[in-house]
Amino acid sequence: MTTPSHVPAGVPAAAGDELTYVYAVGRDGPALRAVAPRLAGADGGPVRVIGADGLGALVSTVPADAFGESGLATQLEDLARLEAIARAHHSVIDAAFGEAPPILPMRLATVYLDDARVGAVLTRRHVHFRELLDRLENHVELGVKVYADPRAVVGTASVAATGTPAGQTPGAGAGRAYLRQRRAQQRGGRAAHRAAAEVAGRVAEVAGGVAVSRAVHRPQQGQLATHSGVNVANEAYLVPVEHADRLRQGWHALAEDEPRVSVEVTGPWAPYSFTVSAEAPEGGGNP
Amino acid sequence: MSTELLSGVLGEDEAAGGPPVALIDLLDRLLNGGAVLTGDLVLSIADVDLVHINLRAVIRSVTGEEPAPW
Repeated sequence: MTTPSHVPAGVPAAAGDELTYVYAVGRDGPALRAVAPRLAGADGGPVRVIGADGLGALVSTVPADAFGESGLATQLEDLARLEAIARAHHSVIDAAFGEAPPILPMRLATVYLDDARVGAVLTRRHVHFRELLDRLENHVELGVKVYADPRAVVGTASVAATGTPAGQTPGAGAGRAYLRQRRAQQRGGRAAHRAAAEVAGRVAEVAGGVAVSRAVHRPQQGQLATHSGVNVANEAYLVPVEHADRLRQGWHALAEDEPRVSVEVTGPWAPYSFTVSAEAPEGGGNP
Repeated sequence: MSTELLSGVLGEDEAAGGPPVALIDLLDRLLNGGAVLTGDLVLSIADVDLVHINLRAVIRSVTGEEPAPW
């Protein structure tokens, strides 16, 4: 099967050549209007504000061939493009979160056919958006990840297993040493996982009384995972900004005396993980 | 761009030359979190979730889950 190479790319979209990408919704006002012109959008174009009913959506105009349904799906399957869009999306949200909070971040790839449709969503949902923004005011999201690090124990086992015990042939010794090492690895791995699970169980405990909401993400694995250990818990908490530093310290202290476990805290983030209820009253589906 | 503005935009870590946000932490939030709006979206969110699953599969297939210990 061959694909004709002479077919021109970028067949015009039925609804026009341009679409409107939405990054976040905040309260329309001087702060939001001031931050927008300094930001670049997913396609590098300028970010602007669409205002309606006291709310402002941070948007940019993007080309329909790259951000229409098929263009977008293609881009998101390409890790380099996905990363570029994700980082652009985040930089708009992060700047607005820093300078014009509270901000309601949108999910990646929130693209409308035109500005009028974005304004219509603001108008239709303005009561709910306002409630959500009120709830998010003066709050930040902190991420906390707990890792098991079996190597902390395996290191000792490897040293013990390097020599061939006296009175044995090198072949048999090597085989036994390997088995010993393997068993020690498994024991070490199980112990590290138990210790990590215990620490993970106390993460919510430490946040209790401070955090107002909790979200659980999938444990991280694969090529993009940045930590050498095994991620056993990946959670996010919505926290009043004045308690964020204390909570961060409390989480770090959980694994201070436990070499097989590490705790990583990220943020403060815009409240990405706490916007699910944005559509709850209307959608009614599960998150 | 002034230093003051830079620290406002990037946050202290990045303005000070610290590590940027990890992509995986960002994708956790941008593909699973963020407000999901309705009405005239060009791509339904269900498609984005599919993309997420496909991407993870690709990532796993690249690295392999169990590196051989010998």
